[in-house]
Amino acid sequence: MIGTIGFLIRICAVLGTALAAAHAAPMGPDEARHLLLRTSFAAPSAEVKALAVLSRTEAVERLLGQARTEPTTRPPAELDHWTPRSQLRAMSEQERREWLRQTNLQGQELRTWWFGEMLATSSPFTERMTLFWHNHFVSSLQKVRPARLIYRQNLLLRSHALGNFRQMLHAISRDPAMIIYLDNAFNRKGQPNENFAREVMELFTLGEGNYSEHDIKEAARAFTGWGIDGETGEFRFRPAWHDEGVKTVLGRSGAFGGAEVLDILLEEPQTAELIVRKLWREYVSPVPDPREVERIAAEFRRSDYDIRVPVRALLASNAFYAKANRASLVKSPVELLVGTLRQFEFRVADPFPFVVMSRQLGQDLMAPPNVKGWPGGEHWINAGTLLTRKQILERLFRVVEPPAAAMMAVSAERSVNANPANPNAGRFRRAMQEVRFDPGAWAAKAKDDGALKVTNLLLPAPPVHPVPGERDTLALVRHLTLDPVYQLK
Amino acid sequence: MNRRQFIGSMVSAPIVLFPLAARVAQAHPANYRNLLVLIELKGGNDGLNTVVPYAAESYYALRPRLAIARDQVIQLDEHTGLHPALKPLGAMWQAQELAIVQGLGYPSANLSHFRSIEIWHTASRADEYLEDGWLSRVFKRAPAPAGYAADGVVVGSHDLGPLAGVGPRVIALANTERFLRQMHLANPVERGGSAALRHIMRVERDIAKAASRFDARHQFRTEFPATAFGNAVRTASQVIASRSGVAVVKLTLDGFDTHSNQAARHVRLLQSFADGLVALRQALTELGRWESSLVMTYAEFGRRPKQNLSGGTDHGTASAHFLAGGRVRGGLHGLAPALDRLDGNGNLPFGPDFRELYAMVLERWWGVDSSVPLKGRFEPLELLKV
Repeated sequence: MIGTIGFLIRICAVLGTALAAAHAAPMGPDEARHLLLRTSFAAPSAEVKALAVLSRTEAVERLLGQARTEPTTRPPAELDHWTPRSQLRAMSEQERREWLRQTNLQGQELRTWWFGEMLATSSPFTERMTLFWHNHFVSSLQKVRPARLIYRQNLLLRSHALGNFRQMLHAISRDPAMIIYLDNAFNRKGQPNENFAREVMELFTLGEGNYSEHDIKEAARAFTGWGIDGETGEFRFRPAWHDEGVKTVLGRSGAFGGAEVLDILLEEPQTAELIVRKLWREYVSPVPDPREVERIAAEFRRSDYDIRVPVRALLASNAFYAKANRASLVKSPVELLVGTLRQFEFRVADPFPFVVMSRQLGQDLMAPPNVKGWPGGEHWINAGTLLTRKQILERLFRVVEPPAAAMMAVSAERSVNANPANPNAGRFRRAMQEVRFDPGAWAAKAKDDGALKVTNLLLPAPPVHPVPGERDTLALVRHLTLDPVYQLK
Repeated sequence: MNRRQFIGSMVSAPIVLFPLAARVAQAHPANYRNLLVLIELKGGNDGLNTVVPYAAESYYALRPRLAIARDQVIQLDEHTGLHPALKPLGAMWQAQELAIVQGLGYPSANLSHFRSIEIWHTASRADEYLEDGWLSRVFKRAPAPAGYAADGVVVGSHDLGPLAGVGPRVIALANTERFLRQMHLANPVERGGSAALRHIMRVERDIAKAASRFDARHQFRTEFPATAFGNAVRTASQVIASRSGVAVVKLTLDGFDTHSNQAARHVRLLQSFADGLVALRQALTELGRWESSLVMTYAEFGRRPKQNLSGGTDHGTASAHFLAGGRVRGGLHGLAPALDRLDGNGNLPFGPDFRELYAMVLERWWGVDSSVPLKGRFEPLELLKV
């Protein structure tokens, strides 16, 4: 009897050790490539090699350890310039048009800067998370206009990207770009504007169906007086515009201000679930597992909204690495372009053309189509965008010489070059002439790092079209980047 | 299995799982033999200087620099006339094949290009965000016959507009020759895999199928104008000439956002539009399709009645649009510009809701239900001889 128990204990101990070991076992190059492609735009061979020796948990910790709260590059100083409202009012119509033209150009510069940051950063995961939040707490240059406000919002999103969701929600609700984008600047006592109150519940926290129209009306009153100071472009609370009365939101009553309402929204379990579901769709698969979502969301709330908690849970989960979920997500235009340029270590002096291409492919950075953001997934791919994606890839690798001429043909009939007087056309051409890929050096490095064959390094699943043998690297790269599987991650 | 295969399999399956839905889908096959050609006047065409209320003093008061002089206008009746650049449309008007719908718009008009065209493309309310285009929703329920080259073809734009969304077979191309040359980029093979991969393979199949049915060689006697829009009309005509069929073709004429120096720019735009429309009519007549074609313009909004200080006009609301085709009830329809009832922004009230126009396309032109795709009941405008 005692012998049997001892035997069972021994078995348990062995099993336990085995399980722990499995968890701590090196993830290997295949899983490393998967983790990198999903979180870091691309899976350069050196990175794959470095992660492959770590366990899943260690690998995620490494990504989190490298995360940044600030960008590595700075945009041109004038993008942070603010024109005081009094100065705008004093402008003649001619001057105002010129101001608007400059503002639009600065918006273009701002997009180019962010694209460049995604190419240059030592923590691409930080940018992926910033992009994730940009598509959650949406604001658009199209409506907000001054580049400075969207720039500062971008800094805000990055600083909280892997921080605390409670703090981020409070900060974004007072963010000038958001206040303009969702019209809270017009929200005053007696003339409430419900736009922000509606979207903060529907899209940022609870999700549709978890609040009533009455809750929106009441919450809108709580946000009255949250506006911006036209002279400084900063947040400003105007007590005279604020409705001091008692509001009832989700069954709780009080003379709430906006901050109290946000805290009420954070008390509801649906908020954490909505965020976890969205993170799941972003990183794991198109179809979240409801029980896992519930479990991870509960942990998320227990941590008082530490964003690293669900990120860790999702990126180390079995679902994340499950074969069925490999190659199940479509690369967004930004991921496809940044990913390709990072993967092959293209030299890019001016990323402007790629901002244009991304827009052609349906992702106008810093200008999502509406407050719901880009729908993403299969919506990225239609007959027009698919052919253009492939054409861009084909021409990037067609000539090792500057691909400018070929690229111009891609966009010849498109916006940038439609008007020959358009100064952007010249910039596009010049910038493309600077773009360089060195297939020899790239192949040598990939071979040196040696963890994966090129096919397995570049594709998240076996190619649709069989790879013909006996090819040089450039021919192989051309073949693989045109395979439909290259569009996936 | 995509939707089309799904419906196909239900027809042959011995046990029909959703007999009611299947019968509804089968009972009234959409008449896609009737072709819809959409022309987007991108940027927001100035309806007031296109279809001119030349008898209204207030029009001249609001636009001292921009108004079209009374003696320049092509008079349609004692109140309304066309911009002189639209002279080429005279024959179509005389033949009663050109209808003008004035005052098209929607409640709570949005003045952003981006948002307002989205409202038109998705046929949403001003306060609702829909992902799929209105035509996309139609084709999801009632796809064009499998033998068709595609449900829709979008010429010269990647933004599929009313055809955006996952589901319908939509091809985007700039011209047929180039599209056929790009064919090597779509190489469809049967292959399982993730839903995302199957979606990509389906799009590749759609591309290959359309390419196999397009005929870029049809020789037209019609001379197409040597403008960007003329080229688009030529491409559209090539697509329509292919015998396998397509239900919708969408064209874009860009440049209508005339905030400054409008007068000269608007002349060029309207000339380009009129010459293109005349060529399209000729080409469709040549193909024997004019009687079974409905050409329809639209835009995100019209422009503000009061001119601005840069010789242009700012974003407005309601605007006039054109319908052309062998079975159009020619003439003036809708609500003439109520210049005495401008809103707080100085913009026009709207008459017909644009979704009433869409309801006409669906119910009268194609014979399909409109209330589901339009998410509500809209009374179809009666502008067709059917």
